[in-house]
Amino acid sequence: MSLSLKKNAMPEQDPKVRARNFDEVALGYEAELAQAEASRCLNCKAAPCRKGCPVDVDIPAFIKHIKEGDMEAAIANIKEVNGLPAICGRVCPQEDQCEKFCVLTKRGEAVGIGRLERYAADYARQQGESAATAAAAAVGQKVAVIGSGPAGLSAAGELAKKGYAVTIFEALHLPGGVLMYGIPEFRLPKEIVQAEIDGLRQMGVTIEVNAVIGRTFTVDELIEEEGFDAVFIGTGAGLPHFMHIPGENFNGVYSANEFLTRCNLMKAYRFPDTGTPIHVGKKVAVVGGGNVAMDAARTALRLGAEEVHIVYRRSETELPARLEEIHHAKEEGIIFTLLTAPVEVQGNQEGWVTGLKCIRMELGEPDASGRRRPVEIPGSEFVLPTDTVIIAIGQGPNPLVQSTTKGLETNKKGNIVADPETGATSKPGVFAGGDIVTGAATVILAMGAGKKAAAAIDAYLSGKRAGQA
Amino acid sequence: MYKILLKQELAPNVKLFKMQAPLIAKKAQPGQFVILRIDEDGERVPLTIADFDREEGSITLIFQEVGASTKLLGTLNEGDSLLDLVGPLGKPTHIENFGTVVCVGGGIGIAPVYPIARGMKAAGNEVISIIGARNKEILIYEEEMTAVSDTLHIATDDGSKGIKGFVTDPLKQMIAEGKKIDLVVAIGPVIMMRNVAEVTRPYQIPTVVSLNPIMVDGTGMCGGCRVSVGEENKFACVDGPEFDAHKVDFAGLVARQRMYIPKEKQYAEHCASTREGGCKCHSH
Ligand SMILES: Cc1cc2nc3c(=O)[nH]c(=O)nc-3n(C[C@H](O)[C@H](O)[C@H](O)COP(=O)(O)OP(=O)(O)OC[C@H]3O[C@@H](n4cnc5c(N)ncnc54)[C@H](O)[C@@H]3O)c2cc1C
Ligand SMILES: Cc1cc2nc3c(=O)[nH]c(=O)nc-3n(C[C@H](O)[C@H](O)[C@H](O)COP(=O)(O)OP(=O)(O)OC[C@H]3O[C@@H](n4cnc5c(N)ncnc54)[C@H](O)[C@@H]3O)c2cc1C
Ligand code: SF4
Ligand code: SF4
Ligand code: FES
Ligand SMILES: [Mg+2]
Repeated sequence: MSLSLKKNAMPEQDPKVRARNFDEVALGYEAELAQAEASRCLNCKAAPCRKGCPVDVDIPAFIKHIKEGDMEAAIANIKEVNGLPAICGRVCPQEDQCEKFCVLTKRGEAVGIGRLERYAADYARQQGESAATAAAAAVGQKVAVIGSGPAGLSAAGELAKKGYAVTIFEALHLPGGVLMYGIPEFRLPKEIVQAEIDGLRQMGVTIEVNAVIGRTFTVDELIEEEGFDAVFIGTGAGLPHFMHIPGENFNGVYSANEFLTRCNLMKAYRFPDTGTPIHVGKKVAVVGGGNVAMDAARTALRLGAEEVHIVYRRSETELPARLEEIHHAKEEGIIFTLLTAPVEVQGNQEGWVTGLKCIRMELGEPDASGRRRPVEIPGSEFVLPTDTVIIAIGQGPNPLVQSTTKGLETNKKGNIVADPETGATSKPGVFAGGDIVTGAATVILAMGAGKKAAAAIDAYLSGKRAGQA
Repeated sequence: MYKILLKQELAPNVKLFKMQAPLIAKKAQPGQFVILRIDEDGERVPLTIADFDREEGSITLIFQEVGASTKLLGTLNEGDSLLDLVGPLGKPTHIENFGTVVCVGGGIGIAPVYPIARGMKAAGNEVISIIGARNKEILIYEEEMTAVSDTLHIATDDGSKGIKGFVTDPLKQMIAEGKKIDLVVAIGPVIMMRNVAEVTRPYQIPTVVSLNPIMVDGTGMCGGCRVSVGEENKFACVDGPEFDAHKVDFAGLVARQRMYIPKEKQYAEHCASTREGGCKCHSH
């Protein structure tokens, strides 16, 4: 078979249509396209693609199963190491991970590994596969998992499989973390996240929503009073950063977290059928260049904004968002105002934002991150008229758990210090992983951290059992 | 589920719910609040914990029906349940023996001042309370406040109870008479809190106010509740809700509180119209 240099395109909603609805943008491969894409894989012995995957999915093997039409084997293969393939297939930054190392990139485009992973997972779900795996016999020990993002969900799943009685404590009224309140429906349908959560419940995991650890219970109380034998902390990077420039408190200035939470978690897109209002305005400026910024911009568009700008201080090549999202955002008409940094939010007498004063930047010498540092061009200030500003310049760790837990070491930035291999913290029996340890990162890294910590918790608790026997 | 154990009407449009909430009751401290949701389509509504009973496992909420969500809340009855209730949120009031503490409560703000006054009294302070409302019909918690205060002053706009005037009047008088005041705690409408701050500022009497900006999550995740306090931005839900009154940007707070007024009106009208036609807005 002659190999195409290009990935098989995934059918997508028309950009003009989808820019005004919240349905999923990428529709996924049909069987034939999946077969064709799978056939592009050379089934390399060395499988360089695998080293780009943080959880080491056996990529050639699962793709081979798809090629042969053995979907059961394909999904079983992926699920051995990746409990959330329908999610990762959609949101992993594949171009920086698995696909980056695919041999085909030497001559053309990588195999669509993410797309095939998504295809396998969607196929399995449509076949009515239950996410639940039979749990081992109960071992009689209890583990508390704090936070229900990908780190917490994967830790809980792994521990339940091993027979532990797992309770997830989630501060919000809905489990799922960023998967639910951050990443929008048009990129990650909530039904998929819900299926994973239902699967956990079927495995016997208890989920306590409306439970803020550090307030409702402290970590120490979970251990000393509630009888948990170990604790996993997966509280994410939920604290929004602001720019610390004048005018940030004007009405119409949002953190991306607030804007997306109002829309996704509180369903403001259905207002006034739902009770939570959201302000969108006609002209929206989103500050930042990552996935969060793309999501906020595209959400604003779908909520009815006429003109949406991404304001980013570096150039296109440095945009940290997934390539596919940048591409989709452009297709939908998002305007990229690059090499531009905000210096002041301007507002009116009534306290509403009217414009974003910016300065043009140029790229100078590389900084510590290896990216060229943006430097201001003197005298290049201009005002972008806008009635909404959404700040998506990053998130830090929420201090609630750290500040209420004795003996839990944190670093300068406030992240929990944990062993990268085991998640073990400075406090015995307490493990941590995901964004709360690494700072804002990716779904797959958080998931991998949850999984590693689950193995370490199992080892720790088996040791305790042996000690007691 | 979070069951309503008791419902009382304290004044026109002011209702009290005693909620079954053992976990929250166990932890609640004066100054803290909860966030509730009535049903699946409902917004997250923050309310102060006006009282708690650890033995019974209950907390008391007192709310004023000001818009669609609080009005719908007011239609619930004993035995009904809320969909979500989370807390206790926010930092507890700093309570210790300061000496003489003046507790000022205006309108619905008397409810959150009550547990603070009680705590201050229990810590050995001389507690002088000043409570006020537009008129005597809507003055709440007089008895409760009497019980935990060494002295109680009442002020109403129309003079139907206590002095005719504002809660700041007895405070000004006390200061003029040379009364030594170690701390003032004021909770009520923003204008009232700002006026109290202006009265105590020249004398540098430490003054604490409890702020109620618009909140969503209440856990420090959205930043919607940010208020400017002494040139610094603070998240009221986790850094507060209590702050040094002399440093708060009250004008900024008021502007942000008004952000959604047209939308809130729209929602109220929508709910009123759909509910008449068989309640499509909220599922029961
Ligand atoms: C808008 C947006 C888009 C993104 N897009 C992508 C993408 O395309 N691809 C990708 O790989 N990554 C993406 N990311 C990053 C990715 O979502 C995160 O790296 C990942 O979710 C981190 O997982 P986590 O489990 O560590 O934490 P989170 O997903 O943040 O979950 C933490 C959970 O803990 C809860 N919690 C916090 N404090 C407490 C407490 N005290 N008590 C109880 N519960 C608590 C929170 O409410 C939350 O539910 C995106 C992030 C955002 C915000
Ligand atoms: C920490 C805190 C404690 C509070 N304690 C009490 C209390 O004990 N008793 C009481 O009656 N009220 C209290 N409030 C105010 C109460 O939350 C609002 O009155 C209520 O949310 C209004 O909802 P609504 O839909 O009925 O009215 P709406 O018509 O939606 O709003 C009326 C006004 O209430 C304010 N408001 C609206 N939504 C919110 C929100 N999500 N968060 C905060 N304010 C909002 C706005 O200023 C708005 O203009 C408290 C608020 C905070 C932040
Ligand atoms: S989990 Fe992510 S990185 Fe790994 S193979 Fe799948 S898409 Fe690639
Ligand atoms: S490197 Fe590319 S072609 Fe080779 S096995 Fe991996 S996905 Fe297939
Ligand atoms: S309400 Fe969201 S940070 Fe305070
Ligand atoms: Mg409302």
